[in-house]
Amino acid sequence: MSRTTLDLWVGFFVAVGLGALLFLALKVGNMASSSSGETYAIQAKFDNIGGLKVRGAVKSAGVVVGRVTDIRFDPEAYLAVVTINVDARYKFPRDTFATINTSGLLGEQYIGFEVGGDTAMLNPGDTIKKTQSAVVLEKLISQFMFNKAAEDGGKK
Amino acid sequence: MDNGLLRALRNLGQRVTSRIWRLGYASRFFLATILHSGTALGRINLTIREIYFTGVLSLIIILVSGLFVGMVLGLQGYDTLARYGSTEALGVLVSLSLVRELGPVVAALLFASRAGSAITAEIGMMKATEQLSAMEMMAVDPIARVVAPRFWGGVISMPLLAALFSAMGIFGGYLVGVQLIGVDEGSFWSQMQASVDFRQDILNGVIKSFVFGIIVSWVAVFEGYDAEPTAEGVSGATTRTVVTSSLAILAADFILTAFMFTGT
Repeated sequence: MSRTTLDLWVGFFVAVGLGALLFLALKVGNMASSSSGETYAIQAKFDNIGGLKVRGAVKSAGVVVGRVTDIRFDPEAYLAVVTINVDARYKFPRDTFATINTSGLLGEQYIGFEVGGDTAMLNPGDTIKKTQSAVVLEKLISQFMFNKAAEDGGKK
Repeated sequence: MDNGLLRALRNLGQRVTSRIWRLGYASRFFLATILHSGTALGRINLTIREIYFTGVLSLIIILVSGLFVGMVLGLQGYDTLARYGSTEALGVLVSLSLVRELGPVVAALLFASRAGSAITAEIGMMKATEQLSAMEMMAVDPIARVVAPRFWGGVISMPLLAALFSAMGIFGGYLVGVQLIGVDEGSFWSQMQASVDFRQDILNGVIKSFVFGIIVSWVAVFEGYDAEPTAEGVSGATTRTVVTSSLAILAADFILTAFMFTGT
């Protein structure tokens, strides 16, 4: 085999290999969509974050506007402190309401922003005042059972 | 009786020390390969030739096995996910298991048996036919001229082959899951993109395959260089390459996974 044909094959191999890597990065991974652009950090305190994880999505009106970057426990207030990186293109009012929602019945948990009417906007480093904790399924069921039991007891 | 016991003990000790001796020799050999790789990278044609023999000629086996592994993942994953009514997550299951584990590990195992054994046999035969000694006589360092290009050829080929394996496997999973069974195509890709992270999953997979490339190439060139210069010795060295590098790949995979994918 002459040198030029060999070079052609190796070049083809390297090109295809890098192409596969590019395919993995763009089509399989979220490199294209995970905005490597500007973000700003805000915090939110929750009584209970349920199954929320770092890298979880932050959505407003169903659109991903940011990601959870850090979850800590505040040992003085006994609250979970969640740090969120929000895409710099989007500004949210100061009275935005952060809730922890679940996508589907057993899906991943994400933070939802419900926008308020304040004219002042959240600045980098601000803390969201109004939050709602994750719904714990066990609590919901036990509440339902107790109510049911109380109703039945009342009838008798 | 007493003598037999003594002899067994002596045998055991001899076996252990010879293993340790070989490990030390292999480490020194690895260092020498790295130090002499200036020639391999300077005369790039030598390395390109080795990329052809280890990488390009392994393409077919890597692509075909990747396709089949992906198709099996599609079938098995669908079967399990259907029990929980979440078949849309098939894309996530196929892509994560390929990118994180199966791509690097299976590609490296195939690479060890396809290319590693060939490298060992080639260098071993060169030693048996005294080509290496002839080079030394001509003041050509066989480590720089023969070993280092083969080592770097393997190290460069391995991550590319693993990426191709993963990409092909995901395509196989797509074929079976979407085209054959009928999982929704939109959710297959979108859920995959939502849960596969570039740095966390794909880049770590590439690092893994790079480490495996170093392991396989190192074991292959060392076993070839250290082979007994007989036909029997070369065949034994080839077997040892496949066994040692397969075990080393799996052990290294455990260690790397423990570092990379724990927490969160």
